[in-house]
Amino acid sequence: MAFRLKLVPEKTNFDFFKHQVVTFGVSVVMVIASIILVLTMGLNLGIDFRGGTTIRTESDIPVDVGAYRQAIAPLNLGDVAITQVFDPNFRADQHVATIRIQAQDGQEAISPETQGQVLDALKTVNKDVKITSTESIGPKVSGELIWTAVWSVLAAVFAILVYVWLRFEWQFSVGAVAALVHDVTVTIGIFSLFQFRFDLSIIAALLTILGYSINDTVVVFDRLRENLVKYKKMPLREVMNLSVNETLSRTVMTSGTTLLALISLLVLGGDVIRNFVFAMTWGVIVGTYSSVYVAKNIVLFIGLDRNKETKDPSEKFFDNGDVAAD
Amino acid sequence: MLQISLWKRVLIAVIIAAGLVYAVPNLFYNRVATHNDAVAAETRTGSLTPEQQAAKAGWPDWLPSDIVNLGLDLRGGAQLLAQVNVDEVYKSRVDALWPEFRKALADERATLGSIRRLRADPGVLKIQIGNADQIQKAVQIAETLNAPVSSLTGVGQKTLKITTEGNDLVIQLSDAEKGATDDRTMQQSLEIVRRRIDAAGTREPTIVREGSDRILIQVPGASSAQEIKQLIGTTAKLTFNSVIGTTSNPNQATGANEEIVPSGDQKGLYYILDPVPVVTGEDLTDARPDTDQNGYPAVAFRFNASAARAFGDYTQNNIGKPFAIVLDNKVISAPTIQSHIPGGSGIITGRFTVKEATDLALLLRAGALPASMTFLEERTIGPELGADSIKAGKLAAGVGAALVVVFMIASYGLFGVFASVALGLNIALIFAIMSVIGSTLTLPGIAGIVLTMGTAVDANVLVFERIREELRIAKKPARAIELGYERAMSAIVDANVTTFLTAVILFVLGAGPVRGFAVTFLIGIITSVFTAIWVTRLFVSLWFARRRPKELVL
Repeated sequence: MAFRLKLVPEKTNFDFFKHQVVTFGVSVVMVIASIILVLTMGLNLGIDFRGGTTIRTESDIPVDVGAYRQAIAPLNLGDVAITQVFDPNFRADQHVATIRIQAQDGQEAISPETQGQVLDALKTVNKDVKITSTESIGPKVSGELIWTAVWSVLAAVFAILVYVWLRFEWQFSVGAVAALVHDVTVTIGIFSLFQFRFDLSIIAALLTILGYSINDTVVVFDRLRENLVKYKKMPLREVMNLSVNETLSRTVMTSGTTLLALISLLVLGGDVIRNFVFAMTWGVIVGTYSSVYVAKNIVLFIGLDRNKETKDPSEKFFDNGDVAAD
Repeated sequence: MLQISLWKRVLIAVIIAAGLVYAVPNLFYNRVATHNDAVAAETRTGSLTPEQQAAKAGWPDWLPSDIVNLGLDLRGGAQLLAQVNVDEVYKSRVDALWPEFRKALADERATLGSIRRLRADPGVLKIQIGNADQIQKAVQIAETLNAPVSSLTGVGQKTLKITTEGNDLVIQLSDAEKGATDDRTMQQSLEIVRRRIDAAGTREPTIVREGSDRILIQVPGASSAQEIKQLIGTTAKLTFNSVIGTTSNPNQATGANEEIVPSGDQKGLYYILDPVPVVTGEDLTDARPDTDQNGYPAVAFRFNASAARAFGDYTQNNIGKPFAIVLDNKVISAPTIQSHIPGGSGIITGRFTVKEATDLALLLRAGALPASMTFLEERTIGPELGADSIKAGKLAAGVGAALVVVFMIASYGLFGVFASVALGLNIALIFAIMSVIGSTLTLPGIAGIVLTMGTAVDANVLVFERIREELRIAKKPARAIELGYERAMSAIVDANVTTFLTAVILFVLGAGPVRGFAVTFLIGIITSVFTAIWVTRLFVSLWFARRRPKELVL
């Protein structure tokens, strides 16, 4: 017998509902905690959403955040946030900092003079400092981007709701969407908790999480649909348990490969996209959890009308050639 | 059966081969990029420097030479989002109406009484009529000057909105005309910006209209957005000069009052011009495509009052002679004066096609920016940061791929090898498609590819797990494999359609780098379904046909 790495034994019989009060409870608590966090601590919005300027500096000698702050203070630019950036990819003599300046009154984008002044001020601290990138976004664009972001997340959730409803039962689509709302809320919550920068790329990550999580949920639902036809007399709860157990190996495998890819990106992919990748990594973990512990609990809670004809799982979107022909 | 029909096998092989061939240029990125630059230079100038010839020879012509565009965040450069203040044009349009209306109304002074322009908001012409009871008469006269809108969308509508306010006549552009004007303003601005940036010789700038009144400008390699701003800010210099003669020798000796200016469209042709312009582009108030009395395409233009007088006198004295329209020290057109042109407006005829006439009108109007621009967003990314990002992205992708491959092979053995080869082909297909459709790879796009590596194996995992299950209920290998593919299909389809939906939304609503992520993610979903379902299946079926194993360990 050849060696096979098996993270999940061949046949499992976990009762995923055994601790449902705890598991579902944890999810509910995390969602509520996330909402409270966002309401009380708010989000560390990037300039995409509130306008302003980010300047990235690089120098050979270590960054002195205090000295930078003092040097920039006389320019009266309002709220200025300076953070030092660390990354395993940096050379030993590569010291990076980002400086975020709030949107200036009456200006759509930062004026060339301001940018020059900031550079001059920093040069008094460290004459070799270089600006490697600047980004400036006016309040008009940032206001629009907020709405684009909100709309895109809502549109994605709605599209999934409709699709799952068409392909499965409405109860499934409620369950799936509950899982998605859970994933998105908890991800936003962790960004609020750690005050990580929340910008447009995080919205992209949220949408990717939606896509990933629904992928996972749909695979479980697909099996559930199949088993509902197969085991007509088995109680719903047991059919669900069976379906999750049968797909568990696949769930773990796919989460495993996705996390392997994401973690290498998180560690080695550079600091520019670290927040983005962090959101996705976290989302994959939460999304996997929610498809096992949230989506189907909601379906069980609502209940299914099992006498009704189940939608035909073999309904094909495209011709599958020889296999179907046999 | 497990067999895949011959034509399908051939089709799969052809797609894979095409994918590999079109992905290959990306492995030799710099060589292909310089080759493409040299080819572009050759079609533009007709000749090559020795370095360019070497660059051209660096990549064979018969191989595909499309490569993915690197986004600004990877190659460094500057990006600006400018809003064109289109409203400003309304004001100059309306101001230019006043002399015409004054004249028309003054002809009826006997009934209307005194005529006076009142102070009003920009873009509004307010005329006070002495005899308030004759206001309807004034409206009638004004309406005679109200021309129909000359745009496809505004058919049947008038250019002006003429209303009354007590004994004042209020004239402004109609909504249809405003729309048409905005469109023209945007076209002009785009054209000017494009020519300004091209003039600086930067490589492959992207200048596109965004929404109704915005322009997105991306200039790879620019060291700062400020530089681009200054470039766009410079005014175009347009002059009308009298032509003394033509020559093919750019270094011909000239008199004190002569200068040599090259032709813009004919190589080797040079004009000898009087350096003192008759009129300049600053005096031009409008230029638009028109037709001459014979119905041939022409360009109508209009000067302001003082230039109109100068131009009138000049044309009267020079009928039959050519004059040159010089833009940025290039003669863009040298038409012959057909007749005396009084009143500061006229048409330029020539053997124009409709497009040429439209372009020339655009060029003439493009003399200076029609309206000021507000910069809403600017980004500059240094080339070092871009290079660092590429390096980090490559490393992460390599390590990620290696980990996934090890994990898959450890879990599924030979089938894991099949899935890994399919994964490699998948990445090649993503690059091939991106190269051919000319999409842009950004840093988030690299993240999308890495993410695709993780998720692409999902379809295989679904199938393999299903095969395992079927084997467990003591099915023969052939039957188990067959059922595995068949029964996993609905899960694969549903899972990928939902993911696809979110990726489409991401693409439609996302901007900039986020869209770059959506592109790779979208393409990745399509290619991964193809490779997982068809390519690995082909491998499995070929392997099975050769070995005919009695039992299968998966």
